[in-house]
Amino acid sequence: MRLNRRNFLQMTALTGGGLALKIYDFPLAAAQGPARTEMSAQAFVKIASDGTVTIMAKCPEIGQGVKTMLPMMIAEELDADWSKVRVEQADLDEGKYGGQSDGGSTSTQNNYLPMRRVGAACRQVLITVAAKRWGVLEADCTTEPNKVVHAISGRSVGYGELAAEAATCAPPSMDSLKLKDPKDFRILGKPQANVDNHALVTGKPLFGIDVKVPGMLHAVIERSPVYGGKPKSANLDEIKKMPGVRNVLIIASAPANSAGPADTTTEPGTVIAAAGMEPGVAIVADTWWQAQSARKNLKVVWDSGAGADQSSEKFDAKAAELMKAPPENTLRSYGDVDGALAGAAKVVEATYAYPFLAHGTLEPMDATASYKDGKLEIWATSQSPGGGRGQVARALNMQASDITVHLSPRIGGGFGRRLQNDYMVEGAWLAKQINGSVKLIWSREDDMTHDAYRVGGYHAFKGGLDAQGKLVAWRQHFITYGEGQRYVSGGTLDATEFPSGRVPNYALLASAQPLILRTGALRAPGHNAYAWAIKAFVDEMATAAGRDPLDFHMDLLNATPAPVTQGRGDSMNAERLKGVLELVAEKSGWANRKSTPGHGFGLACHYCHAGYFAEVAEVTVDASNRIKVERVWAAGDVGNQIMNPSGAEAQVQGSIVEGMSQMAQEITLRDGRPVQNNYHQHPLLRFRQAPAIELYWNITKYPPTGLGEPALPPALPAIANAVFAATGKRIRTLPLARSGFSWA
Amino acid sequence: MPLKLKINNVVKTVDVPADTPLLWVLRDVLDLKGSKYGCGIGMCGACTVLLDGVATRSCITDAGSVVGQSITTIEGLSADGLHPVQAAWEQMDVAQCGYCQSGQIMAATALLAKTPHPTDAQIDAAMSGNLCRCGTYLRIRKAIHQAAAGGHQSAANSPQHAAGKEI
Repeated sequence: MRLNRRNFLQMTALTGGGLALKIYDFPLAAAQGPARTEMSAQAFVKIASDGTVTIMAKCPEIGQGVKTMLPMMIAEELDADWSKVRVEQADLDEGKYGGQSDGGSTSTQNNYLPMRRVGAACRQVLITVAAKRWGVLEADCTTEPNKVVHAISGRSVGYGELAAEAATCAPPSMDSLKLKDPKDFRILGKPQANVDNHALVTGKPLFGIDVKVPGMLHAVIERSPVYGGKPKSANLDEIKKMPGVRNVLIIASAPANSAGPADTTTEPGTVIAAAGMEPGVAIVADTWWQAQSARKNLKVVWDSGAGADQSSEKFDAKAAELMKAPPENTLRSYGDVDGALAGAAKVVEATYAYPFLAHGTLEPMDATASYKDGKLEIWATSQSPGGGRGQVARALNMQASDITVHLSPRIGGGFGRRLQNDYMVEGAWLAKQINGSVKLIWSREDDMTHDAYRVGGYHAFKGGLDAQGKLVAWRQHFITYGEGQRYVSGGTLDATEFPSGRVPNYALLASAQPLILRTGALRAPGHNAYAWAIKAFVDEMATAAGRDPLDFHMDLLNATPAPVTQGRGDSMNAERLKGVLELVAEKSGWANRKSTPGHGFGLACHYCHAGYFAEVAEVTVDASNRIKVERVWAAGDVGNQIMNPSGAEAQVQGSIVEGMSQMAQEITLRDGRPVQNNYHQHPLLRFRQAPAIELYWNITKYPPTGLGEPALPPALPAIANAVFAATGKRIRTLPLARSGFSWA
Repeated sequence: MPLKLKINNVVKTVDVPADTPLLWVLRDVLDLKGSKYGCGIGMCGACTVLLDGVATRSCITDAGSVVGQSITTIEGLSADGLHPVQAAWEQMDVAQCGYCQSGQIMAATALLAKTPHPTDAQIDAAMSGNLCRCGTYLRIRKAIHQAAAGGHQSAANSPQHAAGKEI
């Protein structure tokens, strides 16, 4: 990675004598994925003459806590008084702030050093100014929250008093910055409350759905009940007469590519969709309720297209067929799995199946946009606003520089759904169509029936044990969706996924069936499904071997991994997974926990998104197979520093609760149409169903990593394994109802 | 026909069809954006307001049906934002995304007005109609206990019982 090291700071005087500090070209060396090598002006910190420190929050806040955590990193090294720090949401400007996307639990590792360097640079300038003012050595100066201190003479001066002069100083060299020893942290590592708490509890308009632009209209879009379908005609004239309705548009299909022919529907009022939009009918009215009410009278004739032929029943039947057929693709194979199974003392076979899921963020998809004189202004609720602007620019054939994107101060949940920017394109397109301002809000039904779904899947397992109860063979045939070896988004499985490499004879095979439905990432994508299937089957093997699952796992983790000959290799550190297993076993008293009929304990562990979690679940199950998860013990290892213990605990609690929600949800297709359209059919875990959660950290020597996702996957198998311990029944099909269980 | 609605102790006249959901009157006519749209069918509780002190789903409540009742939204819960429930929510750092929390706070307020020191079972019963997609339930429970311990204001002082004012 090439780093442009023009490393310097630029001081800018603020009106009123404050300091605005800009850093150029700080390296994001820790960043994973495509590195940004051409960083330019970064402006994160403002210090007013009264000592108020304002820190810009660069990433979208979707509930994962970055709006609090990233500014904490800056404030720590700046040695700011956190109680006097104001945090402001930055607008989209990735040239200025670096990457502004949320995804893959990467905000911690990508920002930990860069954000601290911002704070350290600012602190260094303030020390320089104070030392010069006092005529003392900089080395003899130190800082206390919001002030520079010269201990020898007993003098101190507040940051606010230094700010104006600091603005005239030469900036320090980036390479000279000295970061704190984490043992001296005053802010990081201490629980800090969400910076928006007061605004939230007083109902301030913080969310995208709350945006108000003068003169704006409101819109809804009716999309094809079958994904990929398009409108042939609609009763536009009737809808136009409804109260408050200003405009009704048939959105015809966009051309498949820029050279391709556009849809040739000649229905009056038809407008060709932009790329990235679903066809449909848009209703624009004075208020959202008027638009939504008019929609109840809308009659659209649809051309449903090929998707109408797809259904969950057909998927199940096809999967059963594929399981019996020779696998289409070998993802990884070594040893002699068939021979080892043939010679095994004991062989266990089981098939696991899980459904499509919707995200159901509580704030539905929305976008507000203004179009004026060839320029767009968008208020976005996106996890990837930079990507969203690119999509809008391509769709509307505009220059990105003509599109201003404001990041909503908060977003009502992301969970991967807001990595798609389809609704942002729709809002922008509508604003351009009406040449004005519009807020598009998806109804909950729109959201649940037009999601980019967590993809369903099937795993046919066959495991072999030797006479000593050691796992000697593992054959896994994964049935997913796609064409040939190109799988749909979220429908892949890493060839090194545990227990790959740790069983002497191993085969991971895959076959696919076609899918028209749109799929995408849901919190801990992939892992949220196959961690359950794989870890539950490991538990089956341990049971078959008559061994304690903890001991059985340790055995696998102690095995010398088979060399990986292709791909990225295996990034899992077995010692770290063992560490959290040992910790959770100790804290839950695993060794002395005895399951009895109706009362069971289950254990699982998982590594993903650079984090390691082991969880033990305690459940009671009544005679009607209603499950009450009484308690979950969780042990996590995300490296050497927990940034914000309050936020970190919240992420783990939320992950476990979400894992439970996922166990009871499904989206099924009938005639190509998602059947479930609201929370009554795609339920979230309820208050009374949430278990007690005990969380323990294994602080290790590794660089810190994120917590948005890794605590989720092990919750599902830990609970499923506990249900088996309590009932002797395996949950091999999700949702729970399809295995005969429900939450109490 | 214009409707007179008493919202947060102030009578407001709104010109909407009587079957307009109260939620959309609050949000888009009166610009009170604290009450949230989540499901539109009374399933999630993000739109919860108090009607004469009773937690009510404003997304399925016709505006015309609440004329004459006292409507309290999150914006009117306290003049200073320091209602014991609000304070407890801040202290326990309840919110993750925060979108459902005004509804959660209104539901908790209604519970505590009736049951100043609720048991866990009473909290379960009162709060299980309010969904949180982020899973903040454990902290909500702590915050309710905290608010109860911190001395909930008596019902007589609750805003919905104060005198209304016509504007």
